Amino acid sequence: MSNIDYKKISDQPEFEALLRKRNKFILPISIFFIIATLIFPVLTGYTNLLNYEAFGNISWAWIYAIMLFIMVWTLVTIYMKRAKEFDKEADEIIRKYREGEYK
Amino acid sequence: MNLTVIIMFLVFVGATLVITYFASKRTQSTNDFYTAGGGLTGWQNGLAISGDYLSAASFLGIAGAIALWGFDGFFYSVGYLTAYLVVLYIVAEPLRNLGKYTVADMIAARFEMKKVRAFAALSSITIVIFYMLAQLVGAGALIQLLFDIPYSISVILVGIMMTIYVLFGGMTATSWVQMVKAVLLMIGTLIISFLVLLNFNFNIFTMFGEMKNVTAPELEGPFLNPGSQGSSPLNNISLIVALLFGTAGLPHILMRFFTVKDAKTARSSVMWATWIIGIFYILTIFLGFGAAALLTREEIIAANPAGNMAAPLLAERLGGDFLMSFVAAVAFATILAVVAGLVLSGASAFAHDIYGQVIKKGKMTDKEQMLAARTAALSVSILSIILALFAQNQNVAFLVSLAFCVAASANLPVIIYTIFWKRFNTQGAIAGIITGLVVSLVLVILSPNVMDPSGNAFIAMEPIFPLDNPALISVPAGFIGAFLGTFLGKAESHEKYREVKVKSVTGISTSDVSH
Repeated sequence: MSNIDYKKISDQPEFEALLRKRNKFILPISIFFIIATLIFPVLTGYTNLLNYEAFGNISWAWIYAIMLFIMVWTLVTIYMKRAKEFDKEADEIIRKYREGEYK
Repeated sequence: MNLTVIIMFLVFVGATLVITYFASKRTQSTNDFYTAGGGLTGWQNGLAISGDYLSAASFLGIAGAIALWGFDGFFYSVGYLTAYLVVLYIVAEPLRNLGKYTVADMIAARFEMKKVRAFAALSSITIVIFYMLAQLVGAGALIQLLFDIPYSISVILVGIMMTIYVLFGGMTATSWVQMVKAVLLMIGTLIISFLVLLNFNFNIFTMFGEMKNVTAPELEGPFLNPGSQGSSPLNNISLIVALLFGTAGLPHILMRFFTVKDAKTARSSVMWATWIIGIFYILTIFLGFGAAALLTREEIIAANPAGNMAAPLLAERLGGDFLMSFVAAVAFATILAVVAGLVLSGASAFAHDIYGQVIKKGKMTDKEQMLAARTAALSVSILSIILALFAQNQNVAFLVSLAFCVAASANLPVIIYTIFWKRFNTQGAIAGIITGLVVSLVLVILSPNVMDPSGNAFIAMEPIFPLDNPALISVPAGFIGAFLGTFLGKAESHEKYREVKVKSVTGISTSDVSH
């Protein structure tokens, strides 16, 4: 079907490094936001911690929810930034492959 | 039903038909039909994703739930939004790099077995049917409420509109209808939110202070704290699991990633979508609180027990007939945009995956593919309209959360293993899809949604499984099923996985290397 030598690319140390970097970036953050989200119904369901008022009449439950919103926007921004770096490395790998630098 | 509503309604319908007309001229190939030619920009696709995702249930349902239940009405929005992190961090880019038209494409990129594709298409079809049925039954009820048109006529009307968009304008028309709807929805919610805040002198603390005093006999706890609905903690956790992991497995949302040219654009689509969707959910707080402050609880419940009329009634109170009509038209637009996206993803699973790849083994001319796609779109539309007409008096609200649950249990584990797990194999993929699907369905049949001793559900007896949404059990089951299937199956060569790995990380394609 395609005439790209995937084995050649995946054997390159640069590719290995990029893959490792990507996974090292994605995994901890993914675990973090999954836990941060799932803790919310646990806290509201099994404790009264979030029922106390934080500011005026606004309780911690609302603060936690808004913090999750802010977390989403922050992590999206971080991802966009990091992905740009990964793009550069990926483009470099494609360029080298195309120009036959990989033996 | 008054003149302002009718005029707005006709303006919207006319505008979308004009869009469809222009889109139909640009829909020449199968690629145009499924992916709008793959030429949407990040902000366009981000808007369209929001338009595809924010259903009438989000707009009217959440605003109403906040008006009646306070914090508990808002609670699930958190799961709906954080789900986009799963989409962005784990699924979006590999999906764009590996697939062509559907989720099944992505899984088939690694496993060339027709069986795998057939099962992946099957779970997609199941999800789409549940989601569609819930949307159409909800739409019929809403239009009946907003415009006073009988249920069956409402469903047929929505059905005809969505069929026209998809059949003639394919993904191009669907995308633009979704974008227009997202813009209208944001304008509507921003106007109402502004007027509500004006009412509270732009002081959030005044607003919360006033909400503190909301009381009603049916509230199980303070309005502003979690627990006013008195639903069990495990139920809440399970539903959040379904939402968080389900979004990244919803076929109609994932299909939107094929409308952009590369992974970079897919990424920026998600960025746009998270801003739009997130801001929208925050604004629903103002809508809900505004309704709770400016309307009486009795008024809201008298119009609709679930609170679906809170937003339109609030619009009427704040901006008279004109704003009310605008909100009603926006709600209608919202319904249409979502169902059109669903028809398209259902049609792609039938026509592209099952008919084109499994039965015809990919040996079809573009003309035959187009005919198959359009036939499937028409069939999916007619089937869902008929189902919706029969389901008028059923409580189908739980079907949306069930669709999320099947997506999270049957699709996501297999998607994740396909991208990240070297050892994963054909048997694992099939086992994962079947386990996730079967466990979800069986547990729902045994749940309070279907079994209820008071006779409000399909079977009048004590539910065997206590949770409304089985995601807490079925998502791990999907992961375990795929894992066990992999170890029971034959080990496969890693050649295919290398290809998947290289493609998903670099996005390399034959066009990059042809001289």
